[in-house]
Order: sequence, then C-alpha cells, then structure tokens
Amino acid sequence: MALVLNEEQRLLRDTARDFLASTAPVSALRKLRDERDPLGYDPGLWQQMAELGWASIFLPEDYGGLDFGFAGTGIVMEECGRTLAASPLFTSAVVGASAVLLGGDDRQKAELLPAIAGGELTLALALEESHHHRPTHIDCRVTAEGEGFVLDGSKTFVLDGHSADQLLVVARSHGGATDSDGLSLLLVERTAAGVSCQRTIMADSRNAARLSFDRVRVDAGGLIGGLGDGWAILEPVLDRGRVAIAAEMMGCALEAFERTVAYLKERRQFGALIGSFQALQHRAAQMQADFELCRSVLLQALTAVDETPEQLPILASLAKAKLNELVKRVTNEAVQMHGGIGVTDELEIGFFLKRARVAMQIFGDTGYHKDRYATLCGY
Amino acid sequence: MQDLEQFRQEVRRWLETNCPPSQRQPVTPKEQYWGGRRGKFPSEDARLWYERMRDKGWIVPEWPTEYGGGGLSDHQGRAIRQEMKRINARTPLYGIGIWMLGPALLEYGNDAQKQRHLPAIINGEIRWAQGYSEPGAGSDLASLQCKAEDKGDHFLVNGTKIWTTAADKCDWIFCLVRTNPDVKKQEGISFLLIDMDDPGISTTPIGLISGESEFCQTFFDNVKVPKENLVGELNKGWSVAKALLVHERKLMAEMGSDSPRKIVAPNDAAREYLAFENGKIADAQLRSDLVDYNMQMHAIALTHFRGFEEKAAGVRSAAPLVMKYLGTEAEKTKSELLLAIMGSRGLGWEGEGFTAEELDTLRLWAMSKAMTIAGGSSEIQLNVIAKSVLELPQPGEQ
Repeated sequence: MALVLNEEQRLLRDTARDFLASTAPVSALRKLRDERDPLGYDPGLWQQMAELGWASIFLPEDYGGLDFGFAGTGIVMEECGRTLAASPLFTSAVVGASAVLLGGDDRQKAELLPAIAGGELTLALALEESHHHRPTHIDCRVTAEGEGFVLDGSKTFVLDGHSADQLLVVARSHGGATDSDGLSLLLVERTAAGVSCQRTIMADSRNAARLSFDRVRVDAGGLIGGLGDGWAILEPVLDRGRVAIAAEMMGCALEAFERTVAYLKERRQFGALIGSFQALQHRAAQMQADFELCRSVLLQALTAVDETPEQLPILASLAKAKLNELVKRVTNEAVQMHGGIGVTDELEIGFFLKRARVAMQIFGDTGYHKDRYATLCGY
Repeated sequence: MQDLEQFRQEVRRWLETNCPPSQRQPVTPKEQYWGGRRGKFPSEDARLWYERMRDKGWIVPEWPTEYGGGGLSDHQGRAIRQEMKRINARTPLYGIGIWMLGPALLEYGNDAQKQRHLPAIINGEIRWAQGYSEPGAGSDLASLQCKAEDKGDHFLVNGTKIWTTAADKCDWIFCLVRTNPDVKKQEGISFLLIDMDDPGISTTPIGLISGESEFCQTFFDNVKVPKENLVGELNKGWSVAKALLVHERKLMAEMGSDSPRKIVAPNDAAREYLAFENGKIADAQLRSDLVDYNMQMHAIALTHFRGFEEKAAGVRSAAPLVMKYLGTEAEKTKSELLLAIMGSRGLGWEGEGFTAEELDTLRLWAMSKAMTIAGGSSEIQLNVIAKSVLELPQPGEQ
C-alpha cells in the first residue's frame, strides 16, 4: 500500500460505507444506549460483519483470514467511526487477534484465530490499572503453581470487558512496578472462578468494565508467549491498536466535520448563510488542513504495520497524537458551529463528541504519545 | 517501477562521475548561480557542474527536450532530485524562470514565446523577476492598477510593482497589468513579459526588518512593450496568474525542506543549547514545543509525498491547496523555536560574540515573517481552502 488507495481498497471502503449506513447508523447506538442493552452491541450485526470478512482482514488464509493487509483494517475502522458502529471489532478482531498472531504458538493460533475470524470467539485486553494509559505500570500478579498459573489483581477501562468470551490479561511475574521486563499475557475465560466483572457505563455508550481476579487458575496453555517476556508482544499489539483506533477517530472526525460544513451551507443568520462568515470559514479551513496532514500520517502508519514494522512505534505515536488532537478540535468545533442545537441530545453530533473523548484515552492520550515520540527521537 | 529503479541507478552513477566534490557541500547565498545577463558563476566547478547538467537536460528534467529540458516523467524528475539530495548536490541554476514562469508558459504561452523564453531560462541567459503586487494591491491582488494601454503595435505600460524579488539583478519581468478598467476587476487583467532594459523602467531595493533587501519596487514610466509579449488572451491574464501562483505556493510550501541556505536544525540546536536530564530536554515547555514542531514537519513531509503520489495516480486531492499555508506557518514556528532554544545567543544582530549560525538564525527569523504574507497570505490561503475545497458560500452570497 502506498499513500493512495488502490482499486480493491476503494471497493472495500465503499462496501463498508454502504453496509454501515444502512445497518448500523448512529441511531443504532442511540437505541442500544436508551434500551440499556445488556450486551452493548447487536450480535446479529457482528455476525454480518464477520461474514463480510471484517473480523479476519489481516489474518493469514491458513487461519481463515482474508490476508488483505492491515490497511484494510484501517479502512473498516474508519467507516465504523463514521457511524459509531458498536461491535467487538477493535477489541477482538484487531487487538485480540494481533496478540495471538504475534505471540501465540502454533496450537494457540490454530485453535483461536479461526474462531476469532469467524466472529464466534471474542477477546478483550485487560491492561490498564489506573486512569491513565501506563502499559508497563502493572501490579496484577501471575505466579506459577502446579502445571499452570494463578492470577491476582484488578483492571480498569477494559473495553468489551463484560461481553468478551475470553480476557487477555497483562500480569507481572517479576521486575519492578514499572518495568517492561516481567510482564506476561494470559488468556482467561471471563466466567472462570475468581473473575468478577463490573460493567461501567461510559460517556460514549460503548462497552467497558472493571475486572478483578482473585486466585484465578490459568492452565499452561493459556500463556501467550513466554512467562515474563510479554512486552515484546504487547508493544507491537498496542501500536497496531493505536493505528486502528486512529483510523476510527479519522472516521469520527470526518463525519462530524462533513455534517458541520453541510450545516454552514444551510443555516441562515443576519440574512446570510453562516458559512459565508470569515470567522467560521477560517476555522473550517484550518481543520481541512489538519485533515490533510492526518490522512497522510494515518495511511503511512497503516502501511508501516505490514511493510516497515521497524518504523511502527514512531508512526503509531505520531498517528495517535495527531488524530487525538484532530478529533478533539473537530468535535468541539462541530458543537460550537451548530450553536444551540449542538448541545441537544436530539442532534447526533453529541455522540461523536463523546466517542471522541473515550477514543482519545484508548492506548495513550496526546501527552503520552508526544512524550514517546520525543523519546524515540532521542530527546 | 522496476524501470524507475534502473533509471535511479543510472542517475546515481552519472552524478557520482559528473558532480564535482566541491558542488556537494551545503550552499551559501553567495555560492548560488542564478544566471542572467549579469550572472557570474561563483566558481569554475559551479560552471562545470551547471554545463554538465544543462547538456544532460537535467536543469529541468520534466520540460520537453526541444526547450532544453530532459523530456522525463514526474517520477524520473523526482528520482533525479532525490539522488541529488542524497549526495548534497547543489542546485546548478536557481530562478523563478524555472520554478514559476516556465510552467505557466508551457501551459499558456504560444509556440514563439516558448521557443524564445524557455531555452533562455535553461541556458542561464535570462533571469526573471515577478511583477504581481502593488502598493495598493496586496492580498486584494486583482485590484491592481498598473496599466497597459493598447497603442496599436505595442502596449504602453505605466505604474509600479512592489515585492519584486531581486528585480535589481533581473533581466526580464513578468507582470500583471490592467488592460480594461471598466469590467469586473479579474476580467480586465493581462499577463505581459517585459524586458527590464527597456527605457522607462527603474528599480529600487526595499530595506527589510531582517536588515536585508532582497525585495524591490519597480517603476514603469511610459514603457513600450511589443504586442507579441502578451501571454494568453487579452484580459484573460488572471487565469495565467492563478496557475502561476499554484507553482509559487508549491515552491514556498517546500522551501523549508529545500532551502538554499544552510539552516540550523531545531534538533541539533536543542543538543547544543539545552540542558538534558536522563536523556530528556530538561525544560518541559521547550521539549513540548520541539516535539510539536517535529510531529508537524513529519506530517507535512508525508503529505508532500502523498500529494505527489496522488498526482502520479491521477487522483484529485485537496493536499496541494493546503501546503502553502501549512509549510510557511511551520517555517515561522521553526524560527521562533530556534530563537527560544538559543536564548540570548540567538539575539545577536551582527559582529563579534556570536557564531555565524547564530547571526543567521536571527536574520532568518525576521525573514520568516514574510513567508506567511508573500505569495498569498495565510488568511488568503484559508479563503481559498474555504472556497475551493469546502465550497462554502462567499461573503455576500445569499
């Protein structure tokens, strides 16, 4: 993939856009919210998405995947961002599948990946332990016992944590409280003895949970990668997740922006269309310039996943930081430029605003990624 | 693509053999060759290098061979520039004839004009100046008043042009002139080529806040210009002007990445002037400003690349329209950042006590203020984006 979509990729984008507009518009999320849906997403929709191949886009054909490349994941994530489609796509088919693909042994891959690809099995990453993304600050303990392991600790902001079939838990076997050395990834059934789960209702009406683990037994086959060597898997998995969520934020920002620009062309005040006022034109034009930058950054980061993984850390941080800033600015301006109706629940702009704030915190806020970018640059 | 790689290898070998070692050093303003009647080669090696590139057709690789170009594709031209950059090869000939007038003539000029002017640019015979702005026509360029009256076999030009870059060293000037005062302002403008040796033309330099005076004001007092020097149709000069502005803005957008001057890089300056603690810049504000700048430049570089890829693939894109705004604003940001990093050592105006780089940084900081004004100010760029990309209603539109 270069910085221009090819025919196949454009077709995927158009198909995804049509499908989501008719099957999972923003009103579907509103319905899930208003009905306090216990699952938090529509399993029928998720099954259709899996049938379209979206749960297996970058997976190799050997594991039931499309082998389409990570760029395809970016395209679908972006389109999901446009309609705020709720599904386990990000947690299971992007983050979970990446962890198994990059860190699992042959048996784990053969057992798990086809099930993830088919949408029958969903995973959720249980990583965070505080209210900020600090992926090496892990206190959750894993200890070897008998043939397997025992897990103790608690997690927060676990996306899809109350709905996933299995949890991918990041735990520490050794090392200091903030060391990357000593971390491991363990697969745990969500319903296993000792796992307790509290669903948290978030601003974006999407799924998240707090989880605690009290002497939870994990058999030897549940360890992904070596004991204490999990960081080598987790870091690239997080980077893939960062790029994918950046793609979702692009879709979210673009939809909010396009709706706002359309409004500027129809709303009249002082006897004129408000889009003719320079005070609004210049702010809209500055956002357009930011979109152009973010588009290039996003495409390059998506390309790096498959083609230049050595550049992924710096590009993932660039993409996450830039898209965080973009989606914040654009959703704020979308509300402001809509005026009074912008703060009503009836208008869908508020859904974009709220999703943006949650997405901005997923796998690192702006400050986290600027600090990481600077560190990678050597200052 | 394989052919392009092969071409790139050939370019690399040719440059290795033909680019003199002295021409692979960062260039100072005095070492640049701008051609023209009074142009002098700064050194024998510079002459040799220019002549070899000219004979190869690589002064402007993309222009047709009949005008002295290389007749090559955009991708090939880009490969040549990348390979030159790789070995720090100097630009053999500078000039807005190459960057701005040439592309406009190729699109709008007639055969005789192309035959006459394009080879003269590549051969270094004529150095061009630009006559666009006037004292009363800056951002509102189309309100320009410098007039050209039809006198049968010639136009009679009267008026003045300002911000004529290096006009005191140039041979010809391309001008926007008023040929019809009685219609909508954009519809009464024509594009004229004027020999600056003609009687009635005078030029004076303008002192700037940088202490330099690379801009001039040029006056036209009953200057006779032959009819054959009209480019495009009479009163249709605004189209030529806008096409040329696209090239000017592209040039300005990329100035940061391809500056003729040796510029201190903010990352290098940070290492020299700032304290580090545990591998990080100790001043949290400056570290934050530096990372913001670097991320912005990273994104801009990727967007230049995307714009090129899209053009090659025939995909329409808004990217080129935002680059002048982004590139020049980033240049200003960089200059402010360098000054902040250098502290009081970045404030030296002249003389002892400061390094040449420190003095140069301050002068470039002052110069950078012009970047977001010249070639269409940032505010004008935003107007253009609002109109052309977002298609927002225009002021007064009901």
